Amino acid sequence: MPNGAVAAHGEHQNHHPALQHHFEDLEQQHEASTLGMWLFLVTEVMFFGGLILAYTLYRIWYPAAWALGSEELNIYLGGFNTVVLIGSSLTMALAVRSAQTGARRATVGWLLFTMSLGLTFLVVKFFEYKEKFELNHVPGPNFRFEGAESPHVQIFFSLYFALTGVHALHMVIGFVLLSVIATMAYRKRFSPEWYTPVELAGLYWHFVDIVWIFLFPLLYLVDRSHRIV
Amino acid sequence: MVVESPVNYLNVRHSVASWLLTTDHKRIGLMYGIFVTIAFMVGGIFGTMIRLELTTPQGDLMAADTYNRMFTMHGVTMVFFVLIPAVPAILGNFVMPLMIGAKDVAFPKLNLLSWYIFVTGFIFTLTAMILGGVDTGWTFYTPYSSQGSESNVLITGIGVFITGFSSILTGLNFMVTIHRMRAPGMTWFRLPLFIWALYSTSLVMVLGTPVIAITLLMLVLERGLHLGIFDPRLGGDPVLFQHLFWFYSHPAVYIMILPPMGVISEVIACFSRKSVFGYSFVAFSSLAIAVFGFLVWAHHLFVAGISPYSALIFSFLSFAVSIPSAVKTFNWTATLYKGAIWWKTPMMFALGFLGLFVIGGLTGLFLASLGLDIYLTDTYFVVAHFHYIMVGGAIMGYFAGLHYWWPKMTGRMYNDSLGKFAALLIFVGFNLTFGPQFILGYLGMPRRYHMYPPEFQVLNVLSSAGASILAVGYVLPAMYFLYSLKWGAKAGANPWKATGLEWTTQSPPLPENFAETPVVTEGAYAYSKREMKVA
Repeated sequence: MPNGAVAAHGEHQNHHPALQHHFEDLEQQHEASTLGMWLFLVTEVMFFGGLILAYTLYRIWYPAAWALGSEELNIYLGGFNTVVLIGSSLTMALAVRSAQTGARRATVGWLLFTMSLGLTFLVVKFFEYKEKFELNHVPGPNFRFEGAESPHVQIFFSLYFALTGVHALHMVIGFVLLSVIATMAYRKRFSPEWYTPVELAGLYWHFVDIVWIFLFPLLYLVDRSHRIV
Repeated sequence: MVVESPVNYLNVRHSVASWLLTTDHKRIGLMYGIFVTIAFMVGGIFGTMIRLELTTPQGDLMAADTYNRMFTMHGVTMVFFVLIPAVPAILGNFVMPLMIGAKDVAFPKLNLLSWYIFVTGFIFTLTAMILGGVDTGWTFYTPYSSQGSESNVLITGIGVFITGFSSILTGLNFMVTIHRMRAPGMTWFRLPLFIWALYSTSLVMVLGTPVIAITLLMLVLERGLHLGIFDPRLGGDPVLFQHLFWFYSHPAVYIMILPPMGVISEVIACFSRKSVFGYSFVAFSSLAIAVFGFLVWAHHLFVAGISPYSALIFSFLSFAVSIPSAVKTFNWTATLYKGAIWWKTPMMFALGFLGLFVIGGLTGLFLASLGLDIYLTDTYFVVAHFHYIMVGGAIMGYFAGLHYWWPKMTGRMYNDSLGKFAALLIFVGFNLTFGPQFILGYLGMPRRYHMYPPEFQVLNVLSSAGASILAVGYVLPAMYFLYSLKWGAKAGANPWKATGLEWTTQSPPLPENFAETPVVTEGAYAYSKREMKVA
């Protein structure tokens, strides 16, 4: 029995420190975590899907209100944010690549860069929201909008705030997540052998970007063609 | 023979913290068991109040408004805190990793988090009840829920919203576990059918639950801020809420019934000493139910003014979903045929399930047909139909599973005669409670009213009398189970001489489930009729 205990202890010593006891090896752990993240993203698609269904229904019912509401959004700020987020996806991908090759400093650097782009997005979003509050375009008792379409424009802004609000919440969560990952990277927790958390955080970050790539045209670009021409 | 270790998952640690911080799927399963049992009692009390009120035609026990709160809280508690978690979160958590030969689920900490989320949601909902309850019906239909109702819709909605995430995370955890944690040799077609059922259920949880979450979020915002999303005066569409609600809540019926169906496959195979007839058909019928289940939601809206063409399609698809259910029923019956039937408590519950599920399923076809549904909508016929599925089916299946795996979970045997008696009481009491409701509904008695014309009294009294038998049937297992914990005979590793990896380890199992990772060399139901049964 003591021999067995020593053997078990010795075996434990050979384990990678990140390997959890219920997995056979790191590969199984990596595959399980990755599948879990993809499934989580599927649930997120369904989550946003409910709101986008409501959006679609009312856009079909009230095209005029949708055009009016969309005109109120600042296309330049929205466009700027789109560029910022797509850029942050690039820096995130570079962070994952650096982790894969074991470049610790580069990993931390790219993660911090990604976080700062995320923060830029949120600051711009804050000023967009602030303007809506000042113009009384926030749905609720204080909502004001001239014209007969006012109640329908309120539905547009309800969905605007719900969609961008839930998206912004995901950005905040992503920011916190990346700060944890960056700290772990700084403390040399990752190696080319095991960098699953960086990769999963990357998947999440790209997903939040993709949501915005859908939201930007859905909300900002309704019936704008005459302006571009 | 299994070499017994004195250490098992129950006695390895004793402190309260060792339970509250555990990541052991077996302990988490038991912890769900405690809260689901509490919820079952709470929901049962509300149900009792409904049956008491309906014993007489007049509204003499409570006012109409109180009655509205009773049936709402009965529905909310039973659906979200009993039926949805009962089999997956208690039995699934406990036996699924054992059945596939894993040490734990893929994400044990996430599993614990799911439990905490569940308890938080439950506390919110209980708080709403203590503050006076909610009266919208468990369906929370707008615009009543968003503006008319003066009850605690907000807190209840938030409670159900929170609980949804527990369901999502459990489903995700189960799917990853089944994909990635199977023991060597445990191929997909060697998996027990309970695992196939859990996998299909998890698919519904992962795809459906986020939609109810966002819907309830919209409802909460609408109620708080009067946004107009569901308010027809402001251009909103209350029917949109019904679509979104049933997009989850109809598939949720399959969250409730698929796992018990999986239990029935296990129990019928074991107590017929036969392999399940048409294994792959039963396995794929679970997946088919999960997929079809997403395409039938609008059959709840036949009277809500949806287009006749979509009604036609949804009616057709609702008929179609009966095919995989019928495949299962016929295959279970074929498994019984020429089997060596062993009359034990789990088998009694499983046979009870078969009888009640067939009635519930066939009456569902009545409601799927467009013309008849208009006549029967919101009558007691509907109430009887879904109780036959959700209580007659799901709770019978849960009890079958609980009686089947109790010796594994606790290491003790319960009194089999009392168990059979309880199964009989529940079967008789159930039919007496809900059988008359089919007739009441057909005669035109609407649901959700606290008064009714005097000519309906006889059938209502029969129903209430049946409910009292049912109540005894549910209390009895609680008593002999508790008794067995201390005085029950030792179960041993495999009291039913069943196949399946969960029976190859000791009872109660080791903290890490298996002394060494099992290797699987044959299918799930390698039973032999010649094998002698234990007395």
